[in-house]
Amino acid sequence: MIAKRAKAFGAFVYDFVIGDDWVVAAGVVVALALIYVLAHHGYHGVWWLTLAAPAVLLPFSLWRAIRKH
Amino acid sequence: MSSTALFLAVFLACAVEAVEALTIVLAAGTAREWRSALTGVGAGLAVLAVTVAVLGPAVSSLPLSGLRLFVGGLLLVFGLQWLRKAILRASGHKALHDETLIFAKQLAAAEDAPAERRPLVGDWYAFTLSFKGVVLEGLEVVFIALTFGSNQHDLPVASIAAVAAVVVVTAAGLAIRAPLARVPENTLKLIVGVMLTSFGAFWGAEGAGAHWPESDGALLAIVPGVAVFALLLIAGLRRMRETATVPVPATAGASL
Repeated sequence: MIAKRAKAFGAFVYDFVIGDDWVVAAGVVVALALIYVLAHHGYHGVWWLTLAAPAVLLPFSLWRAIRKH
Repeated sequence: MSSTALFLAVFLACAVEAVEALTIVLAAGTAREWRSALTGVGAGLAVLAVTVAVLGPAVSSLPLSGLRLFVGGLLLVFGLQWLRKAILRASGHKALHDETLIFAKQLAAAEDAPAERRPLVGDWYAFTLSFKGVVLEGLEVVFIALTFGSNQHDLPVASIAAVAAVVVVTAAGLAIRAPLARVPENTLKLIVGVMLTSFGAFWGAEGAGAHWPESDGALLAIVPGVAVFALLLIAGLRRMRETATVPVPATAGASL
C-alpha cells in the first residue's frame, strides 16, 4: 500500500516538474549548469545560452510531439 | 520587473487554472452533491494555503543567486511546457481545451460513480473530485506565485493577484452557472508561457552567474523576442499541417 502511494506520488512529481517531455527539463538543467561553470571561470557574457536553450529545445520538443502523434 | 507585470503574470496563470478547476467543481456539484463538492474545495484551498505557508518562508530564505538559479530553472521548464501545449493547440496539432466537453465528460463519470458516505462528507466522490481538481490545478499556480513573488520581494502582490483571479473566475462561474467555455484559455496559456520562459531564462542565467547586457532592461527585449519566436513556430506548424492535409493533385503522367 505504502509502495503504491509512493509510486503514485513519484509519478505526480515527475508529471508536475518534468511534464510531457523530459528532454526539455534535461536541456534546461544542462544549459544552466553550463552557464554556471562558464560564469565561474570568468565568462560572464554567456547569458545568451539561456536563450539558445529554449530556441533549440522548444522546436525539438514540438517536433517530437508531432512525430509521436 | 514592475508590480504590474508581476500581478499580470500571476493573475493570468491563476485564471487559466481556476477556469479548469471550476469546470471540475461544477461537474461534481451538479452531478453529485454541492455540499460535499464545496467541502472538497475548502479542503483543497486549505492544503494550498498550508503549502504556501510552509514553502513561502523556505523559498524566501534562500540566497538570491541560489534562489534565482533554482527558480529560473523551474520557471523555464514550466514556461516551455505551457508554450509547447499552447503552440500545439494553436497550430491545430492538438485539440483545443474544450471546457464544455470536459464538463460533459466529468458530469457523465460523476453520475455513474457509486455513492459512498464518509465521516463529515455526505458524498465521497464529489468531495475527492473537487479536492483533487483544486489541489492539482492550484499547485502550479502556488509555485508560480511563490517564485515570482519571492524573486521580486513582493509576495503580497503575487498573493493578491492569485486571490483576485480565483475571485473573478468564481464570480463569473456563479453568474452563468456553467463552465467558462468562452475564456480564450489557449491565448492566456501562450501569454503565461512567454512570461514564464522569459523570466525563467533571465533569472536562471543571472543566478548561474552570467551578466545580462543592460541588466533588467534586457527583459524588454527578451519578452517580445520569446513571443515573436512562439508566434513564428505557430505559423510554421500551421503551414506544415495545411501542406500535409492538402491532397496532392494527380498529374497527367502519373498513371501508375
